[in-house]
Amino acid sequence: MKVGVLTLQGAVSEHISAINKLGVEAIPVKFYEEISLIDGLIIPGGESTTMGRLIQRFKLESIIKKRISEGMPVYGTCAGMILLSKNIKESEQYSLGMLDITVIRNAFGRQIASKEVDLIIKGLDSAFHAIFIRAPIADKPGKDVEVLSKVSEGIVFLREHNILASSFHPELGDDLRVHQMFLDMVNDYNKIRR
Amino acid sequence: MEEIYGSLKVKRGLAEMLKGGVIMDVTSAQQAKIAEEAGAVAVMALERIPADIRAQGGVARTADPKLIKSIMSTVSIPVMAKVRIGHFVEAQILEAIDVDFIDESEVLTPADEIHHIDKWGFKVPFVCGARDLGEALRRISEGASMIRTKGEPGTGNIVEAVRHMRVVMDEIRKLINMSDEEVFVAAKELQASIDLVKGIKSLGRLPVVNFAAGGIATPADAALMMQLGADGVFVGSGIFKSANPKKRAEAIVAATTYFNEPKVIASVSEDLGEEMTGIDIKNLEEKDMMQVRGK
Repeated sequence: MKVGVLTLQGAVSEHISAINKLGVEAIPVKFYEEISLIDGLIIPGGESTTMGRLIQRFKLESIIKKRISEGMPVYGTCAGMILLSKNIKESEQYSLGMLDITVIRNAFGRQIASKEVDLIIKGLDSAFHAIFIRAPIADKPGKDVEVLSKVSEGIVFLREHNILASSFHPELGDDLRVHQMFLDMVNDYNKIRR
Repeated sequence: MEEIYGSLKVKRGLAEMLKGGVIMDVTSAQQAKIAEEAGAVAVMALERIPADIRAQGGVARTADPKLIKSIMSTVSIPVMAKVRIGHFVEAQILEAIDVDFIDESEVLTPADEIHHIDKWGFKVPFVCGARDLGEALRRISEGASMIRTKGEPGTGNIVEAVRHMRVVMDEIRKLINMSDEEVFVAAKELQASIDLVKGIKSLGRLPVVNFAAGGIATPADAALMMQLGADGVFVGSGIFKSANPKKRAEAIVAATTYFNEPKVIASVSEDLGEEMTGIDIKNLEEKDMMQVRGK
C-alpha cells in the first residue's frame, strides 16, 4: 500500500512523516505516471492558487480526476480542500471540482486570525487539537457530504464518498487519528480492488 | 472551546505552508496581481525593489501602509512586508494593518545597529536573513518563525546566497556529527543557546523553514538553491527588472517545484527575454554590502 502526497508546493514532508509513523509508505508525487500508481492521494496545505496553476501547467488534472472517479481515496487539507471543491465563493480561481461544497477562502481572516482549537470530531472519542492557518470553511454541502466537524464559523471537516477534506492541519500536530481515518479509507479501497 | 492565537505552531505553520514556493517582491497592486497569476505563494510589499534602493541610495524604510493595504485587497495569497532591523514600531504598524508576515530585513536601512526586534511579542510571524548558522540561531532565539539566506540583495548575482546556504548546511552537518560534550563549545562559538544547538543536532535541521534569498534571477538559480537544500525561494529584483516579468515569474515557480528535473527546468528556461543586468560582487565595496547589516 502506497500513499502519494502531491508535491507541487506546501507542507509535504509533514504528511509523509505522519503516514510513515502509522507504518505505511508515503511518497512525493508530481508526475502523471506517479499519480497513476498510488493507492491514496493527499493534497497538502499550501497556496491553492499556486498548486492550481501547476496542476494546469503540468497537465495533472486528468489523472487526478480519473483516479478520484475510480474510487481512490483522496484527502485534502486546507489548500487541498479548496482545490477539491466544486465552487469557490466570489472567485474564479481554478479547482478540480470533485467535492460538492462551496469553499469560503480565508474565512477566519488573515494570518493574525490563525489559531489552535480543540475540535469535536464525529467518530473520535475525545477532542482533536486542530491548527487553522488562514483557513477556509466549507459551505452548502451537497446531499452526499457527511459533516464530521463544525466550528462557529462553519464546516471544517467532511467526507463525501472517497473524498476527505479538512480546513485544519493535522500534519502540524502529533495526533495521528485523522491520518488513521484516511488510511482506513485507503485500506477499504484496496480490499475492494483486489 | 479554548482558542490560541499567535502561537509558535501557528506562526511557524504559515512558513511551512509556503515551502516549495516562490515569494516575489512587488511595489504595486498591479505587480502583486501579476505575481499571483504567475503562481507566487506570497508577495513581499515594498516601496522600491532592492536594485533600485541600491542604485538610488538614501534611507530605505517600511512601505506606505496604504500601498500595503491596496496590495492586500488585490490578492488572495499572503502579503509580507519589510521593516528596518530593530524598528519595532514599523513592525507594530504592520501588525496593526494585519500583514501576514513581517521581514526584518537588511535590504532596508537598519534602525538599530545593536538590537534586533524582540519578535516574541508579536502575533504576526517574522522572517529574518542569516549568513551562517549563528545568525540564524540568534534570529530564532529572538522569535523568528522563518529564516532566509541574506545573499546580496539587488545584485541579480547568486554567489552570496549560495555561500550562505552552503555555510548553514555545512555547520548543521558538523553539529550532527559532534559528540555530546563538543556541543557546548559549538554553542559558545555560534553565540547561540545550548538548547537550540542541541535541538538542531537531534533534529538534523533548523527548527524553522529556511528559504533562499538575495540574487536569484533565473529558473536555474531557483533550482540551484533548492538542490542546495533551500525550502523555497524569495525573488526580489530578478522578476520586475527583467524584460518579461510574468513569463519569468512562471518559469521560476515551475523550476522551484521541479527543481531536480533538469528537463523541466530546461523547457521553462527557453525564451524568457532579457534578464536583469546584475552586479559582480567583487565590484561592491564593503559599505555597499547589505548582508553585513544585523549580525
